[in-house]
Amino acid sequence: MDEKNIYLCRCENFTLKELHDLLDSGITSMEEIKRLSRGTMGPCQGKTCRDLIAKEIAIYLNKSMSEIDMPTYRAPVKPIKLGEIAGGDKNA
Amino acid sequence: MRKSADVVIIGGGSLGCSVAYNLAKKGYKNIVLLERKYLSSGSTGRCGAGIRQMWGTEMNCLISRGSAEMFKTLGEETGFGDIEFRQSGYLLTTYDPKQTERLKKNLLIQHKLGIPSHMITPQEAKEIVPFVNTDGMDAAFFCQEDGHINPFKTTFAFAKGAQDLGVEIIRYNPVTDIKYNGRKITSVVTEQGEILTDTVVNAAGAWCKNVGKMVGLSHPVEPERHQILITEPLESSMGPMVMSFAHDSYIQQVPHGGFLMGYGNPNEPKRINFNHGWEFLEQMAQKAVFQLPILKDVRFVRQWAGHYEISPDGQPILGPVPELDNYIMALGCGKGFMLSPMIGKLIAEKMAGEETSLPIDILSIERFAKGELIVETGVV
Ligand SMILES: Cc1cc2nc3c(=O)[nH]c(=O)nc-3n(C[C@H](O)[C@H](O)[C@H](O)COP(=O)(O)OP(=O)(O)OC[C@H]3O[C@@H](n4cnc5c(N)ncnc54)[C@H](O)[C@@H]3O)c2cc1C
Repeated sequence: MDEKNIYLCRCENFTLKELHDLLDSGITSMEEIKRLSRGTMGPCQGKTCRDLIAKEIAIYLNKSMSEIDMPTYRAPVKPIKLGEIAGGDKNA
Repeated sequence: MRKSADVVIIGGGSLGCSVAYNLAKKGYKNIVLLERKYLSSGSTGRCGAGIRQMWGTEMNCLISRGSAEMFKTLGEETGFGDIEFRQSGYLLTTYDPKQTERLKKNLLIQHKLGIPSHMITPQEAKEIVPFVNTDGMDAAFFCQEDGHINPFKTTFAFAKGAQDLGVEIIRYNPVTDIKYNGRKITSVVTEQGEILTDTVVNAAGAWCKNVGKMVGLSHPVEPERHQILITEPLESSMGPMVMSFAHDSYIQQVPHGGFLMGYGNPNEPKRINFNHGWEFLEQMAQKAVFQLPILKDVRFVRQWAGHYEISPDGQPILGPVPELDNYIMALGCGKGFMLSPMIGKLIAEKMAGEETSLPIDILSIERFAKGELIVETGVV
Protein backbone atom coordinates (compact mmCIF):
# COMPACT_ATOMS: atom_id res chain seq x y z
CA MET A 1 0.00 0.00 0.00
CA ASP A 2 1.11 3.53 -0.78
CA GLU A 3 2.71 5.21 2.26
CA LYS A 4 0.64 8.30 1.48
CA ASN A 5 -2.48 6.33 2.32
CA ILE A 6 -1.24 4.79 5.55
CA TYR A 7 -2.48 6.91 8.42
CA LEU A 8 -0.47 6.66 11.62
CA CYS A 9 -2.49 9.29 13.48
CA ARG A 10 -6.10 9.46 12.35
CA CYS A 11 -7.06 12.47 14.47
CA GLU A 12 -4.43 14.65 12.83
CA ASN A 13 -4.13 12.90 9.43
CA PHE A 14 -0.47 12.08 9.86
CA THR A 15 0.72 9.53 7.31
CA LEU A 16 3.66 7.14 7.09
CA LYS A 17 4.88 9.12 4.08
CA GLU A 18 4.97 12.33 6.15
CA LEU A 19 6.81 10.52 8.93
CA HIS A 20 9.41 9.21 6.49
CA ASP A 21 9.83 12.68 4.99
CA LEU A 22 10.60 14.12 8.43
CA LEU A 23 13.00 11.28 9.25
CA ASP A 24 14.72 11.69 5.87
CA SER A 25 15.19 15.41 6.64
CA GLY A 26 17.17 14.47 9.75
CA ILE A 27 14.48 15.01 12.37
CA THR A 28 14.55 11.76 14.31
CA SER A 29 13.40 12.79 17.79
CA MET A 30 9.83 11.62 18.38
CA GLU A 31 9.21 14.63 20.62
CA GLU A 32 10.13 16.88 17.70
CA ILE A 33 8.17 14.81 15.18
CA LYS A 34 5.07 15.13 17.38
CA ARG A 35 5.37 18.91 17.44
CA LEU A 36 6.04 19.33 13.75
CA SER A 37 3.40 16.87 12.52
CA ARG A 38 0.79 17.19 15.31
CA GLY A 39 0.80 13.37 15.38
CA THR A 40 -0.51 12.20 18.81
CA MET A 41 -1.87 15.69 19.56
CA GLY A 42 -5.51 15.07 18.60
CA PRO A 43 -8.56 14.43 20.76
CA CYS A 44 -7.64 10.77 21.35
CA GLN A 45 -4.50 12.01 23.13
CA GLY A 46 -2.28 9.68 21.16
CA LYS A 47 -3.79 6.59 22.72
CA THR A 48 -3.92 4.71 19.44
CA CYS A 49 -1.10 6.24 17.47
CA ARG A 50 1.71 6.91 19.90
CA ASP A 51 3.09 3.38 19.89
CA LEU A 52 2.47 3.03 16.17
CA ILE A 53 4.55 6.11 15.39
CA ALA A 54 7.27 5.09 17.85
CA LYS A 55 7.45 1.67 16.21
CA GLU A 56 7.91 3.16 12.75
CA ILE A 57 10.65 5.48 14.03
CA ALA A 58 12.39 2.54 15.70
CA ILE A 59 12.25 0.53 12.46
CA TYR A 60 13.64 3.45 10.46
CA LEU A 61 16.49 4.08 12.91
CA ASN A 62 17.10 0.40 13.45
CA LYS A 63 16.67 0.90 17.20
CA SER A 64 14.50 -0.69 19.85
CA MET A 65 11.26 0.98 20.96
CA SER A 66 12.77 1.73 24.39
CA GLU A 67 15.41 3.92 22.76
CA ILE A 68 12.80 6.23 21.22
CA ASP A 69 12.03 9.49 23.08
CA MET A 70 8.30 8.94 23.43
CA PRO A 71 6.22 11.92 24.54
CA THR A 72 4.24 11.69 27.77
CA TYR A 73 0.45 11.64 27.78
CA ARG A 74 -1.01 15.02 28.71
CA ALA A 75 -4.10 15.50 30.87
CA PRO A 76 -7.07 15.15 30.56
CA VAL A 77 -7.84 11.52 29.76
CA LYS A 78 -11.12 12.60 28.18
CA PRO A 79 -11.99 16.03 26.76
CA ILE A 80 -14.21 18.10 29.12
CA LYS A 81 -16.36 21.15 28.35
CA LEU A 82 -15.01 24.43 29.71
CA GLY A 83 -18.48 25.33 30.96
CA GLU A 84 -18.56 22.19 33.09
CA ILE A 85 -15.19 23.00 34.58
CA ALA A 86 -16.07 26.63 35.19
CA GLY A 87 -19.07 25.44 37.17
CA GLY A 88 -22.64 26.41 36.33
CA ASP A 89 -23.66 29.93 37.17
CA LYS A 90 -20.62 31.19 38.98
CA ASN A 91 -18.91 32.01 35.73
CA ALA A 92 -18.21 35.65 36.47
CA MET B 1 30.49 16.02 17.94
CA ARG B 2 33.18 18.57 17.04
CA LYS B 3 36.19 18.75 19.34
CA SER B 4 36.45 22.53 19.13
CA ALA B 5 34.23 25.41 18.09
CA ASP B 6 34.46 29.15 17.54
CA VAL B 7 31.16 29.61 19.35
CA VAL B 8 29.15 27.28 21.59
CA ILE B 9 25.49 28.18 22.09
CA ILE B 10 23.74 26.65 25.10
CA GLY B 11 20.00 26.15 24.60
CA GLY B 12 17.87 24.95 21.68
CA GLY B 13 14.88 27.24 22.15
CA SER B 14 13.86 30.13 19.96
CA LEU B 15 16.65 32.38 21.22
CA GLY B 16 19.49 29.88 20.91
CA CYS B 17 18.39 28.79 17.45
CA SER B 18 17.95 32.39 16.32
CA VAL B 19 21.41 33.37 17.58
CA ALA B 20 22.87 30.32 15.78
CA TYR B 21 21.15 31.23 12.52
CA ASN B 22 22.09 34.90 12.69
CA LEU B 23 25.74 34.17 13.55
CA ALA B 24 25.94 31.69 10.68
CA LYS B 25 24.48 34.31 8.35
CA LYS B 26 27.27 36.65 9.44
CA GLY B 27 29.77 34.10 8.22
CA TYR B 28 30.71 32.37 11.48
CA LYS B 29 31.78 28.89 10.39
CA ASN B 30 32.31 26.71 13.40
CA ILE B 31 29.28 26.95 15.66
CA VAL B 32 27.91 24.22 17.91
CA LEU B 33 24.48 24.47 19.57
CA LEU B 34 23.85 22.20 22.54
CA GLU B 35 20.39 21.27 23.75
CA ARG B 36 19.70 19.32 26.94
CA LYS B 37 16.60 17.62 25.49
CA TYR B 38 14.95 18.19 22.10
CA LEU B 39 14.59 21.50 20.23
CA SER B 40 11.76 23.63 21.64
CA SER B 41 11.53 21.45 24.79
CA GLY B 42 11.97 24.46 27.08
CA SER B 43 9.64 27.43 27.24
CA THR B 44 9.50 27.96 23.49
CA GLY B 45 7.48 24.83 22.73
CA ARG B 46 5.13 25.51 25.64
CA CYS B 47 4.34 29.12 24.97
CA GLY B 48 1.25 30.94 23.78
CA ALA B 49 3.25 32.18 20.79
CA GLY B 50 1.48 35.51 20.70
CA ILE B 51 3.32 38.22 18.79
CA ARG B 52 2.65 41.58 20.36
CA GLN B 53 4.00 45.03 19.58
CA MET B 54 1.78 46.89 22.04
CA TRP B 55 4.43 47.15 24.75
CA GLY B 56 5.19 49.81 27.33
CA THR B 57 8.94 50.35 26.90
CA GLU B 58 10.74 51.57 23.80
CA MET B 59 13.10 48.63 23.67
CA ASN B 60 10.35 46.01 23.91
CA CYS B 61 8.38 47.87 21.22
CA LEU B 62 11.39 48.16 18.93
CA ILE B 63 12.58 44.59 19.36
CA SER B 64 9.09 43.15 18.87
CA ARG B 65 8.39 45.36 15.87
CA GLY B 66 11.68 44.38 14.23
CA SER B 67 10.95 40.75 15.02
CA ALA B 68 7.46 40.87 13.49
CA GLU B 69 9.08 42.12 10.27
CA MET B 70 11.57 39.25 10.32
CA PHE B 71 8.94 36.58 11.07
CA LYS B 72 7.29 37.50 7.76
CA THR B 73 10.20 36.20 5.74
CA LEU B 74 11.84 33.62 8.03
CA GLY B 75 10.05 30.56 6.65
CA GLU B 76 10.90 31.34 3.07
CA GLU B 77 14.40 32.65 3.74
CA THR B 78 15.43 29.43 5.51
CA GLY B 79 13.67 27.15 3.05
CA PHE B 80 11.59 25.71 5.89
CA GLY B 81 8.25 26.78 4.47
CA ASP B 82 5.19 28.19 6.20
CA ILE B 83 5.71 29.01 9.88
CA GLU B 84 2.05 30.07 10.24
CA PHE B 85 2.61 33.71 11.06
CA ARG B 86 -0.83 35.34 11.15
CA GLN B 87 -1.11 39.07 11.78
CA SER B 88 -4.65 38.75 13.01
CA GLY B 89 -4.21 41.29 15.78
CA TYR B 90 -4.22 41.59 19.55
CA LEU B 91 -7.29 42.85 21.35
CA LEU B 92 -6.32 44.10 24.82
CA THR B 93 -9.35 44.67 26.99
CA THR B 94 -9.52 46.69 30.20
CA TYR B 95 -12.17 46.71 32.89
CA ASP B 96 -10.69 49.53 34.96
CA PRO B 97 -10.28 53.20 33.96
CA LYS B 98 -6.86 53.38 35.65
CA GLN B 99 -5.63 50.50 33.56
CA THR B 100 -7.03 52.23 30.47
CA GLU B 101 -5.06 55.37 31.31
CA ARG B 102 -1.87 53.39 31.70
CA LEU B 103 -2.32 51.68 28.36
CA LYS B 104 -3.16 55.00 26.74
CA LYS B 105 0.26 56.27 27.80
CA ASN B 106 1.83 53.22 26.16
CA LEU B 107 0.11 54.21 22.91
CA LEU B 108 2.23 57.36 22.82
CA ILE B 109 5.43 55.31 22.86
CA GLN B 110 4.01 52.84 20.32
CA HIS B 111 2.92 55.57 17.90
CA LYS B 112 6.29 57.30 18.11
CA LEU B 113 7.83 54.03 16.94
CA GLY B 114 5.34 53.47 14.12
CA ILE B 115 3.24 50.76 15.75
CA PRO B 116 -0.32 51.01 14.36
CA SER B 117 -2.19 50.43 17.65
CA HIS B 118 -5.28 52.32 18.75
CA MET B 119 -7.82 52.62 21.52
CA ILE B 120 -11.37 51.48 20.73
CA THR B 121 -14.72 51.32 22.51
CA PRO B 122 -16.25 48.07 23.79
CA GLN B 123 -18.73 48.29 20.89
CA GLU B 124 -15.89 48.46 18.41
CA ALA B 125 -14.27 45.52 20.17
CA LYS B 126 -17.47 43.58 19.48
CA GLU B 127 -17.16 44.37 15.79
CA ILE B 128 -13.73 42.74 15.81
CA VAL B 129 -14.70 39.75 17.98
CA PRO B 130 -18.51 39.49 17.78
CA PHE B 131 -18.89 37.07 20.70
CA VAL B 132 -16.69 38.96 23.19
CA ASN B 133 -18.53 39.84 26.41
CA THR B 134 -18.42 43.61 26.94
CA ASP B 135 -20.04 43.58 30.42
CA GLY B 136 -17.99 45.90 32.58
CA MET B 137 -15.45 46.51 29.83
CA ASP B 138 -14.02 50.01 29.99
CA ALA B 139 -12.09 50.13 26.72
CA ALA B 140 -9.97 48.04 24.42
CA PHE B 141 -6.76 48.44 22.46
CA PHE B 142 -6.18 46.88 19.09
CA CYS B 143 -3.17 46.39 16.85
CA GLN B 144 -3.79 44.54 13.60
CA GLU B 145 -0.11 43.84 13.03
CA ASP B 146 0.17 41.80 16.20
CA GLY B 147 -0.65 38.14 15.91
CA HIS B 148 0.35 34.57 16.38
CA ILE B 149 2.83 32.07 14.98
CA ASN B 150 3.66 28.38 15.28
CA PRO B 151 6.48 28.21 17.86
CA PHE B 152 7.70 24.75 16.84
CA LYS B 153 7.92 25.59 13.16
CA THR B 154 9.62 28.89 13.95
CA THR B 155 12.29 27.19 16.06
CA PHE B 156 12.84 24.53 13.41
CA ALA B 157 13.07 27.19 10.71
CA PHE B 158 15.88 28.91 12.65
CA ALA B 159 17.50 25.51 13.22
CA LYS B 160 17.26 24.52 9.55
CA GLY B 161 18.66 27.87 8.46
CA ALA B 162 21.54 27.44 10.90
CA GLN B 163 22.26 23.83 9.96
CA ASP B 164 22.22 24.56 6.23
CA LEU B 165 24.93 27.15 6.94
CA GLY B 166 27.07 24.62 8.80
CA VAL B 167 25.98 24.89 12.44
CA GLU B 168 26.14 21.60 14.33
CA ILE B 169 23.09 21.06 16.55
CA ILE B 170 23.34 18.39 19.21
CA ARG B 171 20.21 17.23 21.03
CA TYR B 172 19.94 15.35 24.32
CA ASN B 173 23.32 16.64 25.41
CA PRO B 174 23.27 18.82 28.54
CA VAL B 175 26.13 21.16 29.28
CA THR B 176 27.45 20.22 32.71
CA ASP B 177 30.32 22.68 33.14
CA ILE B 178 32.23 25.53 31.56
CA LYS B 179 35.99 25.70 32.14
CA TYR B 180 37.65 29.08 32.34
CA ASN B 181 40.90 30.62 33.39
CA GLY B 182 40.81 34.18 34.64
CA ARG B 183 38.77 36.10 32.09
CA LYS B 184 39.11 33.44 29.38
CA ILE B 185 36.72 30.60 28.68
CA THR B 186 38.62 27.47 27.61
CA SER B 187 36.00 24.77 27.07
CA VAL B 188 32.43 23.57 27.50
CA VAL B 189 31.89 20.21 29.15
CA THR B 190 28.88 18.15 28.08
CA GLU B 191 27.55 14.70 28.85
CA GLN B 192 28.93 13.57 25.50
CA GLY B 193 32.38 15.11 25.95
CA GLU B 194 34.28 18.36 25.95
CA ILE B 195 34.40 21.08 23.28
CA LEU B 196 37.28 23.54 23.24
CA THR B 197 36.05 27.08 22.76
CA ASP B 198 36.60 30.59 24.04
CA THR B 199 33.10 31.89 23.29
CA VAL B 200 29.81 30.86 24.89
CA VAL B 201 26.27 32.15 24.38
CA ASN B 202 23.95 31.49 27.30
CA ALA B 203 20.49 30.98 25.80
CA ALA B 204 19.36 28.50 28.41
CA GLY B 205 16.09 30.31 29.15
CA ALA B 206 14.62 29.45 32.55
CA TRP B 207 17.77 27.43 33.31
CA CYS B 208 20.20 30.26 32.50
CA LYS B 209 21.14 30.68 36.16
CA ASN B 210 22.57 27.16 36.28
CA VAL B 211 24.76 27.95 33.28
CA GLY B 212 25.80 31.25 34.87
CA LYS B 213 26.96 29.39 37.98
CA MET B 214 29.32 27.34 35.81
CA VAL B 215 31.35 30.52 35.26
CA GLY B 216 30.88 31.78 38.80
CA LEU B 217 28.19 34.34 37.93
CA SER B 218 24.79 34.88 39.47
CA HIS B 219 22.20 35.89 36.87
CA PRO B 220 19.14 37.70 38.25
CA VAL B 221 16.61 35.64 36.31
CA GLU B 222 13.94 33.52 37.97
CA PRO B 223 11.76 30.83 36.41
CA GLU B 224 8.05 31.55 36.89
CA ARG B 225 5.62 28.76 36.06
CA HIS B 226 2.80 29.53 33.66
CA GLN B 227 0.07 27.06 32.79
CA ILE B 228 -1.84 26.84 29.54
CA LEU B 229 -4.49 24.70 27.87
CA ILE B 230 -5.88 24.06 24.42
CA THR B 231 -9.38 23.08 23.34
CA GLU B 232 -10.63 20.86 20.56
CA PRO B 233 -10.57 22.54 17.14
CA LEU B 234 -13.53 24.65 16.07
CA GLU B 235 -14.16 26.29 12.77
CA SER B 236 -12.12 29.44 12.47
CA SER B 237 -14.12 32.21 14.12
CA MET B 238 -11.79 34.42 16.13
CA GLY B 239 -9.00 36.44 14.55
CA PRO B 240 -7.12 38.28 17.29
CA MET B 241 -5.58 37.24 20.57
CA VAL B 242 -7.95 38.43 23.30
CA MET B 243 -5.93 39.56 26.27
CA SER B 244 -7.35 40.95 29.49
CA PHE B 245 -5.27 42.66 32.12
CA ALA B 246 -8.15 42.31 34.58
CA HIS B 247 -8.09 38.53 34.17
CA ASP B 248 -4.34 38.32 33.58
CA SER B 249 -5.23 36.06 30.69
CA TYR B 250 -4.87 35.57 26.96
CA ILE B 251 -7.03 33.53 24.58
CA GLN B 252 -6.15 32.82 20.95
CA GLN B 253 -7.68 30.59 18.31
CA VAL B 254 -4.73 28.98 16.52
CA PRO B 255 -4.80 28.08 12.80
CA HIS B 256 -5.47 24.44 13.66
CA GLY B 257 -8.76 25.61 15.22
CA GLY B 258 -8.15 25.03 18.92
CA PHE B 259 -8.44 27.83 21.45
CA LEU B 260 -5.18 28.28 23.34
CA MET B 261 -5.44 30.05 26.69
CA GLY B 262 -3.46 30.79 29.80
CA TYR B 263 -3.14 33.18 32.69
CA GLY B 264 -0.41 34.26 35.06
CA ASN B 265 -0.65 33.65 38.78
CA PRO B 266 1.25 36.46 40.53
CA ASN B 267 1.80 34.34 43.65
CA GLU B 268 3.58 31.59 41.79
CA PRO B 269 6.80 30.57 43.60
CA LYS B 270 9.94 31.17 41.53
CA ARG B 271 11.24 27.76 40.62
CA ILE B 272 11.16 25.17 37.86
CA ASN B 273 7.89 23.27 38.14
CA PHE B 274 6.22 21.47 35.25
CA ASN B 275 3.20 20.27 37.20
CA HIS B 276 -0.18 21.43 36.00
CA GLY B 277 -3.39 21.14 37.86
CA TRP B 278 -7.09 21.37 38.35
CA GLU B 279 -6.99 24.74 40.08
CA PHE B 280 -5.56 26.42 37.00
CA LEU B 281 -8.13 24.67 34.85
CA GLU B 282 -11.05 25.85 36.91
CA GLN B 283 -9.82 29.45 37.09
CA MET B 284 -8.96 29.53 33.41
CA ALA B 285 -12.30 28.05 32.39
CA GLN B 286 -14.09 30.73 34.43
CA LYS B 287 -12.07 33.54 32.91
CA ALA B 288 -12.57 32.18 29.40
CA VAL B 289 -16.30 31.56 29.71
CA PHE B 290 -16.76 35.06 31.14
CA GLN B 291 -14.86 36.78 28.34
CA LEU B 292 -16.01 34.57 25.48
CA PRO B 293 -19.25 32.87 26.60
CA ILE B 294 -19.45 30.66 23.49
CA LEU B 295 -16.47 28.73 24.83
CA LYS B 296 -18.63 27.08 27.49
CA ASP B 297 -19.53 24.18 25.21
CA VAL B 298 -16.02 23.71 23.90
CA ARG B 299 -13.98 20.84 25.27
CA PHE B 300 -10.43 21.28 26.43
CA VAL B 301 -8.07 18.56 25.22
CA ARG B 302 -4.65 19.25 26.72
CA GLN B 303 -2.96 21.27 29.42
CA TRP B 304 0.68 21.78 30.30
CA ALA B 305 3.06 24.15 32.05
CA GLY B 306 6.22 26.07 31.20
CA HIS B 307 8.19 29.03 32.50
CA TYR B 308 8.70 32.70 31.92
CA GLU B 309 12.30 33.62 32.62
CA ILE B 310 11.83 36.82 34.57
CA SER B 311 14.47 39.52 34.95
CA PRO B 312 14.11 42.25 37.60
CA ASP B 313 12.65 44.75 35.11
CA GLY B 314 10.88 42.34 32.78
CA GLN B 315 13.20 43.09 29.87
CA PRO B 316 15.82 40.94 28.17
CA ILE B 317 19.42 40.82 29.36
CA LEU B 318 21.64 40.89 26.29
CA GLY B 319 25.33 40.93 25.43
CA PRO B 320 28.64 40.49 27.22
CA VAL B 321 29.38 40.55 30.96
CA PRO B 322 32.03 42.64 32.73
CA GLU B 323 33.68 39.70 34.55
CA LEU B 324 34.58 37.43 31.62
CA ASP B 325 35.53 37.71 27.94
CA ASN B 326 33.26 36.30 25.24
CA TYR B 327 30.48 35.13 27.53
CA ILE B 328 27.29 36.40 25.92
CA MET B 329 23.86 36.54 27.51
CA ALA B 330 20.67 36.12 25.46
CA LEU B 331 18.09 35.60 28.17
CA GLY B 332 15.69 36.98 30.76
CA CYS B 333 12.99 38.19 28.37
CA GLY B 334 9.88 36.82 30.07
CA LYS B 335 8.00 36.98 26.80
CA GLY B 336 10.96 36.20 24.65
CA PHE B 337 9.64 34.05 21.87
CA MET B 338 8.18 37.02 20.00
CA LEU B 339 11.50 38.85 20.39
CA SER B 340 13.69 36.01 19.15
CA PRO B 341 14.41 37.06 15.54
CA MET B 342 15.61 40.51 16.47
CA ILE B 343 17.54 39.34 19.55
CA GLY B 344 19.41 36.82 17.40
CA LYS B 345 20.29 39.56 14.95
CA LEU B 346 21.39 42.03 17.64
CA ILE B 347 23.53 39.45 19.44
CA ALA B 348 25.21 38.45 16.16
CA GLU B 349 25.93 42.10 15.34
CA LYS B 350 27.35 42.70 18.81
CA MET B 351 29.54 39.58 18.67
CA ALA B 352 30.85 40.54 15.23
CA GLY B 353 31.88 43.93 16.61
CA GLU B 354 29.46 45.79 14.35
CA GLU B 355 27.24 48.68 15.21
CA THR B 356 23.98 47.13 16.45
CA SER B 357 20.67 47.92 14.72
CA LEU B 358 19.24 48.92 18.12
CA PRO B 359 21.14 50.26 21.15
CA ILE B 360 21.32 46.94 23.01
CA ASP B 361 23.94 48.14 25.46
CA ILE B 362 21.13 49.57 27.57
CA LEU B 363 19.94 45.96 28.00
CA SER B 364 23.30 44.79 29.31
CA ILE B 365 23.50 43.06 32.70
CA GLU B 366 25.35 46.12 33.94
CA ARG B 367 22.11 48.09 34.15
CA PHE B 368 21.23 46.38 37.41
CA ALA B 369 24.46 47.39 39.17
CA LYS B 370 23.99 50.94 37.91
CA GLY B 371 20.33 50.96 38.94
CA GLU B 372 19.22 51.79 35.39
CA LEU B 373 16.21 49.52 35.27
CA ILE B 374 13.61 50.13 32.59
CA VAL B 375 10.52 48.50 33.95
CA GLU B 376 8.02 46.80 31.66
CA THR B 377 4.62 46.55 33.31
CA GLY B 378 2.59 45.09 30.47
CA VAL B 379 3.34 41.41 31.10
CA VAL B 380 0.41 39.00 31.46
C1 LIG C 1 2.54 29.24 29.15
C2 LIG C 1 3.48 30.20 28.49
C3 LIG C 1 2.99 31.13 27.58
C4 LIG C 1 3.85 32.03 26.95
N1 LIG C 1 3.35 32.88 26.01
C5 LIG C 1 4.19 33.64 25.28
C6 LIG C 1 3.70 34.42 24.20
O1 LIG C 1 2.51 34.45 23.92
N2 LIG C 1 4.60 35.14 23.47
C7 LIG C 1 5.95 35.12 23.75
O2 LIG C 1 6.71 35.77 23.05
N3 LIG C 1 6.43 34.41 24.79
C8 LIG C 1 5.59 33.66 25.55
N4 LIG C 1 6.09 32.91 26.59
C9 LIG C 1 7.51 33.04 26.97
C10 LIG C 1 8.42 32.30 26.00
O3 LIG C 1 8.04 30.96 25.92
C11 LIG C 1 9.87 32.40 26.43
O4 LIG C 1 10.23 33.69 26.81
C12 LIG C 1 10.80 31.98 25.28
O5 LIG C 1 10.36 30.77 24.71
C13 LIG C 1 12.22 31.89 25.75
O6 LIG C 1 12.99 31.29 24.73
P1 LIG C 1 14.42 30.76 25.06
O7 LIG C 1 14.97 30.21 23.80
O8 LIG C 1 15.19 31.80 25.77
O9 LIG C 1 14.17 29.63 26.17
P2 LIG C 1 13.77 28.10 26.04
O10 LIG C 1 12.82 27.86 24.95
O11 LIG C 1 13.39 27.63 27.39
O12 LIG C 1 15.13 27.44 25.60
C14 LIG C 1 16.17 27.20 26.50
C15 LIG C 1 16.70 25.82 26.23
O13 LIG C 1 17.90 25.60 26.94
C16 LIG C 1 17.97 24.25 27.26
N5 LIG C 1 18.94 24.09 28.33
C17 LIG C 1 18.83 24.51 29.61
N6 LIG C 1 19.91 24.18 30.31
C18 LIG C 1 20.74 23.54 29.46
C19 LIG C 1 22.03 22.95 29.60
N7 LIG C 1 22.69 22.93 30.77
N8 LIG C 1 22.60 22.36 28.52
C20 LIG C 1 21.94 22.36 27.32
N9 LIG C 1 20.72 22.91 27.15
C21 LIG C 1 20.14 23.49 28.20
C22 LIG C 1 16.56 23.90 27.65
O14 LIG C 1 16.31 22.52 27.56
C23 LIG C 1 15.74 24.72 26.66
O15 LIG C 1 15.35 23.98 25.54
C24 LIG C 1 5.25 32.00 27.25
C25 LIG C 1 5.75 31.06 28.15
C26 LIG C 1 4.88 30.16 28.77
C27 LIG C 1 5.45 29.14 29.71
